[in-house]
Amino acid sequence: MNKKQKKSLFKIIAAAVLFLAALPLKNLSFYPYAALLLISYLTVGWEILRRAAVNIAHGQVFDENFLMSVATIGAVATGEYPEAVFVMIFYQVGELFQSIAVGKSRRSIASLMEIRPDFARVLRDGSADETDPQQVAKGEIIEVRPGEKIPLDGVVTDGASNINTVALTGESMPRAAAVGDEVMSGCVNMTGLLQIRVTKEFSESTVSKILELVENSSARKSKSESFITRFAKIYTPVVVIAALLLAVIPPLFYGAGDIAVWKSWVYRAMSFLVVSCPCALVLSVPLSFFGGVGGASRRGVLVKGSNFFETLALCDTFVFDKTGTLTKGSFEVTGVRAVSVSESELLELAAACESASSHPIAQAICKKAACGKKPDSVEELAGLGVCAQVSGRKIYAGNAKLMQKIGVSPADMPGTVVHIAADGKYLGSISLEDGLKPNAAEAINELRRQGVKRIVMLTGDKKDAAISAAKKLGVDDCRYELLPADKVEIVEDLLEKSDGRLAFVGDGINDAPVLARADVGVAMGALGSDAAIEAADVVLFDDDPAKTAFAIRAARKTLAIVRQNIVFVLIVKLVILALVAFGAAGMWAAVFADVGVAVIAILNAMRAMQVK
Amino acid sequence: MKRIYTLDEIDCANCAAKLETALSKVDGVKNVSINFFSQKMTLEADDNEFDGVLKSVISLVKKLEPDCKVVL
Repeated sequence: MNKKQKKSLFKIIAAAVLFLAALPLKNLSFYPYAALLLISYLTVGWEILRRAAVNIAHGQVFDENFLMSVATIGAVATGEYPEAVFVMIFYQVGELFQSIAVGKSRRSIASLMEIRPDFARVLRDGSADETDPQQVAKGEIIEVRPGEKIPLDGVVTDGASNINTVALTGESMPRAAAVGDEVMSGCVNMTGLLQIRVTKEFSESTVSKILELVENSSARKSKSESFITRFAKIYTPVVVIAALLLAVIPPLFYGAGDIAVWKSWVYRAMSFLVVSCPCALVLSVPLSFFGGVGGASRRGVLVKGSNFFETLALCDTFVFDKTGTLTKGSFEVTGVRAVSVSESELLELAAACESASSHPIAQAICKKAACGKKPDSVEELAGLGVCAQVSGRKIYAGNAKLMQKIGVSPADMPGTVVHIAADGKYLGSISLEDGLKPNAAEAINELRRQGVKRIVMLTGDKKDAAISAAKKLGVDDCRYELLPADKVEIVEDLLEKSDGRLAFVGDGINDAPVLARADVGVAMGALGSDAAIEAADVVLFDDDPAKTAFAIRAARKTLAIVRQNIVFVLIVKLVILALVAFGAAGMWAAVFADVGVAVIAILNAMRAMQVK
Repeated sequence: MKRIYTLDEIDCANCAAKLETALSKVDGVKNVSINFFSQKMTLEADDNEFDGVLKSVISLVKKLEPDCKVVL
């Protein structure tokens, strides 16, 4: 409990004691009885009366304070002194509970995001100083000890360790980090001492980006949130008018001359006022979304706005980009066919040709071969391959088109193949494959279990590779040999055809236009890639395609809780309004319909944080 | 320019919503959103008139929610 809450609790206890002391005096002597009740009322209600007065002075009527003041003063006017005091005490107890519940949820959501580093240990002039991460410049060396958070993005310059990325990705398996590896802020260094050269300032670091996105996620309001805000604007005046009518009209029919009749209806009207505050609704709906966003981000799924939860829950079409999303995104050599040289010699020659290139295929070949030889010169032939001088020989490495161009006939091979020829003679070929991620097929199945009707795979790859991957995965449709512009066209076409919503999942590097065009754009493995985080609506921080199904589950659970809360709050309010109107419930029930319901709705909203 | 400020002692969601509506009508405010749970206000206005806009926003907050403070 904070200071304000403690003060409030103290006031409530004092008022309750005075209230109980006053009750026995009721039939003995009126003045001490009334005085004690008045003191009790003012103890617990003075703050409310004061705020109501201040707000009216500023032209704000119909706020909670005003309604409570009018209701309790009205109860006094009808002679219900103990009722007025009791209602005020009960209201303050409710407010206190509400304040504690909100504080608790704030803290538990904040703890989900405990990735903000407190300090960075910078090596300056030979000593290690603890400073604010914001004070560290690019290029400085920081030291991170075991058990500490990595405060800034950088590259390891010394030491080796295991790094826990669970706070960012939800993946509990530690990652190894050694000299030359990039490490991300927000991860925890587990086993060894690391020295890291800072590559990004704090405000540009991963940790800052994530925190900023999570905090901004509630700025994009969902439909249910705007509905509630609009509803609240109408609800309060309507109930207040109903209260006025209730105070005036029935007595005219049931005994306009009888003061007791008037009193009874005015009392009911005052109870109406208490129910008229929409706080439980206004509070619980965004809190559910906030909890949902927080819970998902803990598992490495960042939803950039609560509106995307609503769209995700309605998705019946998923379009996947193949490379890097369903596949590992890196090629592996799967076969070597040498014609007139040994396999290792072929690989060595190919590696020498490709050693200067950063193309993924080239890197895969270099990784496979003992990459010793350096070429004397390399010429890139766009769309064909490379031509290199290696130890005085002229080597060509590239696709079948290149081979035909230089006048050799390559063997016909399916899939991704690099052919090699030297001095006008065909030497052989190397086949490569971009393997599927281990759980890609499981991810597709899981999406189907979630009720996704259509799963489409798009790829720029050749027909053979695309179809064999599509078969293994069990997707409904597969389009291949696509250029980025074709992908946009296909997604637009699918958008027109589908009844539900469409999600596009890509690696975010070159699918920004498609990510933007889809109802929900999901970028995968996007940790560290600013462009992808910018373009996507949902960001998956690790490479696991099964997180798409998790995102749908989180979205549906959050929306279910939002609906429960809306329905629950409205039903309780309406039932209590009805009971009050027929005189079957008193003002205390009305207070429950206000603050009690709010507390229950808050507790329910907090469930949104936990999604399995 | 977009800046984020902490709002202290904003303790009712409906009040936050009302405050947000009122602040969005302040001259020069391009966009304002109040997050009741993180107790943060995001204010967007033109660079050259930002200080003036911030001043009128602060005074309006003080007027509508006397208990609530904008932490600078």
